[in-house]
Amino acid sequence: MPVPSDCKYAKSHEWAKRLPDGAVLVGITDYAQHSLGDITYVQLPQVGAVLAAGESFGVVESVKAASDLYAPVAGTVVEVNEALNAAPETVNTDPQGGGWMLKLQPADLAGLDALLSADAYQTLIG
Amino acid sequence: MPALKRTPLFAFNQQHGARFVDFGGWEMPVQYRSILEEHRVVRQRAGLFDVSHMGEVEVTGPDASRFLDHLVTNDVAKLFPGRVLYSAMCQPDGGVVDDLIIYCRGAQDFLVCVNASNTEKDVAWILQQAAGFNCTVRNLSDDFALLALQGPASAAILQALTSFDLGALKYYHCAAGTVAGAECLIARTGYTGENGYELFCRPADAEPLAVALLAAGQPHGLELAGLGARDSLRLEAGYPLYGHEISATITPLQAGLGWVVKLDKPAGFIGRDALRAQQAAGVPSRIVFFRTGDRRIIRAGTPVVDAAGAVVGEVKSGTLSPVLNEAIGSALVQTGAGELSVDVRGTAIKLIPVRPPFVPLPPKS
Repeated sequence: MPVPSDCKYAKSHEWAKRLPDGAVLVGITDYAQHSLGDITYVQLPQVGAVLAAGESFGVVESVKAASDLYAPVAGTVVEVNEALNAAPETVNTDPQGGGWMLKLQPADLAGLDALLSADAYQTLIG
Repeated sequence: MPALKRTPLFAFNQQHGARFVDFGGWEMPVQYRSILEEHRVVRQRAGLFDVSHMGEVEVTGPDASRFLDHLVTNDVAKLFPGRVLYSAMCQPDGGVVDDLIIYCRGAQDFLVCVNASNTEKDVAWILQQAAGFNCTVRNLSDDFALLALQGPASAAILQALTSFDLGALKYYHCAAGTVAGAECLIARTGYTGENGYELFCRPADAEPLAVALLAAGQPHGLELAGLGARDSLRLEAGYPLYGHEISATITPLQAGLGWVVKLDKPAGFIGRDALRAQQAAGVPSRIVFFRTGDRRIIRAGTPVVDAAGAVVGEVKSGTLSPVLNEAIGSALVQTGAGELSVDVRGTAIKLIPVRPPFVPLPPKS
């Protein structure tokens, strides 16, 4: 399963990608979407929500089950992917592209450093 | 925990990318590619399901018909060779032991197809009730594989593999026939609401038969479909699933299956008096099918509340209808409860009652 090297990873299977403007894009990994199966609904927070690292920011639902989503880094939500309301299956087909969930303004940059590298995440999922 | 049982198609399913789950003690394919996609393929073209986990019980002998008529709620006496019947099998208190399909192969020869997870319980129950009847009850579950070919293209696909004239086989009828060289009981039955066939065959024939069906189905867009799609298809069609809409504590009358309960058949049946009393008194609670207009799936076990917030029931099945693109389900709800809603993660969602099927289904004849 692809684990892009330009992202950092949480053990709870979210990815975080630093954008040129300093914001951080967040979603779930290919491994996570594959484990969940057909994704039918994504519940995301309001823009402006302030999240602590590891805090639940929403829910991803598949035919099988509903699972919590966790913020990989602390920050303020500056944008959510509204397209997922109508097309949640994008998380299945393009989890680290069009299936992004949140754009965060990170509280600090140390949070990203604490996450797993692509190699370390690859080792975690085996 | 005992090892999970595997169907004769386990290796075939593995080769075709199946993801497996424990279903009633069986390691079964829940999906091959995508549950939602497999569901739509069955509605639009055709899907092939491995349902070899289902139990088969043979009842033969001079009293076979009379015994089955006593055992189940529907009218077995009207069966004739080649006719198929859906029924409930009840406890004396009207609760359901299982729901089943009876295939009449001969005047004294019946094959009863039961739910996989209930097979052992059913066989014990059937043997116990058969005392005093001149018939033989045998659990032949290990002697049969079962393939379900379902969807609008089913007839064209199957006809390419058999000389048997499928046009002569009406809905809920069956016949012995050879398909791709394999001897089968070919039945016009299924659990999807679509036109389709179920093929009972020898376990050793299951894989070559599945390979032949897939090849014949390729030009028609046939795909393998797993238990995930089977569940959402049956729910869209409004068919009950044992342990959900019917159970030891939910009678067929509560589940809307009054049409298979023949209270007035001459010989009576196990559970008749209790069901007659329930019919007269009115059911205390009943299965209501619902949609929500929202994509959030309402899971089984979710409490159902009325307008005043009092708990008046419980969700029994819930999924996303891949055709309607909204949550659908069933709930056991107190009779007379008004407006119904559920709480999903802090949001109240109204249940909109629906008389199934949820989607237009082809006429059955």
